[in-house]
Amino acid sequence: MNLFKYSAPSIFYPLAGRLATGFAVAAVLLLVIGLYMSFFVAPTDYKQGEGYRIMFIHVPAAWMSMLIYVVMAGWAAAGMIWRTRLSSMMASALAPTGAMFTFITLWTGALWGKPMWGAWWVWDARLTSELILLFLYIGYMALESAIDDPRRAARACGLLALVGVINVPIIYYSVQWWNTLHQGASIKMSESGGIETSMTDIMLWTLLIMTFACWCYTIAVTLTRVRNTILERESKTVWVKEMVQREEK
Amino acid sequence: MFAALKCIIARDLMLALRHRSDVLTTVFFFIIVVSLFPLGVGPETDLLRSMAAGVVWVSALLASMLSLSRLFADDFNDGTLEQLLLTPQPLALMVFGKILAHWIISGLPLVLMAPLLGLQFGLGGDALMMLVLTLLLGTPVLSLLGAIGAALTLGLRGGGVLVSLLVLPLYIPVLIFGAGGVEATVSGMGAEGHLSLLGAMLILSLLLAPLAVAAALRISVE
Repeated sequence: MNLFKYSAPSIFYPLAGRLATGFAVAAVLLLVIGLYMSFFVAPTDYKQGEGYRIMFIHVPAAWMSMLIYVVMAGWAAAGMIWRTRLSSMMASALAPTGAMFTFITLWTGALWGKPMWGAWWVWDARLTSELILLFLYIGYMALESAIDDPRRAARACGLLALVGVINVPIIYYSVQWWNTLHQGASIKMSESGGIETSMTDIMLWTLLIMTFACWCYTIAVTLTRVRNTILERESKTVWVKEMVQREEK
Repeated sequence: MFAALKCIIARDLMLALRHRSDVLTTVFFFIIVVSLFPLGVGPETDLLRSMAAGVVWVSALLASMLSLSRLFADDFNDGTLEQLLLTPQPLALMVFGKILAHWIISGLPLVLMAPLLGLQFGLGGDALMMLVLTLLLGTPVLSLLGAIGAALTLGLRGGGVLVSLLVLPLYIPVLIFGAGGVEATVSGMGAEGHLSLLGAMLILSLLLAPLAVAAALRISVE
């Protein structure tokens, strides 16, 4: 089977539609189960009480925020190598979702931090690098919206994503080292390490289900966004006209 | 090939010499920003000494970003850049020449001014040495990384603000180790590690940044 067949927007469009519906249904189901488990099934933590339950959205969001950047850079690289229009569309469709998860991570982290450490924000290595990741996403989207020509925007953003992904580990480790140099007043984040060792099976399962819900949500939303981009870019082509006429009948 | 490189560097330096005000603007911006901090946080010597490295480094970051928009814009507007893209010599090398000239014009003056500003903040001899060394290693990295942003935003509306959004997050490691090295010297810990890491960043960006800039210019000018 030739996978490149699907890199043609006209063939990918209906496939993406079917996949998006499937993943949306899966996301809703997993989210309902995951939320029920995180509120009613998972036991109260012996150290952090009920407050720890925000972990079930905080941790999956943090994982997604980082993963999406890497996937985005992967699509950008594919777009540069094979010059497929679809790849760069996928990359730019992922960016808003990634930025949203980064923001959720920071927001829920602040809500979690206030009762646990007594501060909304500490200049911890993980918090700081998550904030920088948000800046990278915002830079990517700002560059995309500043360029009018979609082809130039796709290629420029692809290059930016690649430069960013080379820099992400460098930034992460330098921030971590900076933090150990400036021990001072910052509060250690050993609590979350403590949770992992003391995490019961049911907590782990809840976390995994919520993570899969986030995955399915991301895939569904991205594919829907790509479908809209395809329609917008290809609005002058024959296959779009034929499809619209068919749907009108 | 190297004749072309020399020609590019000489040309850019000559242009800068003819528009001296451009160079001076960057330097004075640097001096003014550094001078604003004592006015904002108060004149206590101990406080100022402890934040000197960070203040000088952040100001250097902002100053070197200010001059980025000029790196390719003039050549783009008068068509020189298109000629440059058409030359048989490798574009990455030409780009390297332009970045080097840009650093001599906008980065080197900052390095030379820094000890004077460090003195105002009460830094001692060793710390001043280290400030100059870290800036000497760090400002070329700023020019190299910044050139990527400048090339990507070439000819866009609001390009100047956009460059800062793209480039500042990438500057963070340089800032951390640049300012960290001076602080480590002040507190007597020694800064060999910081200098080595800054050197590693310089080598890595020397290798990769010209290639990225060349690709970005081809995208922007096309």
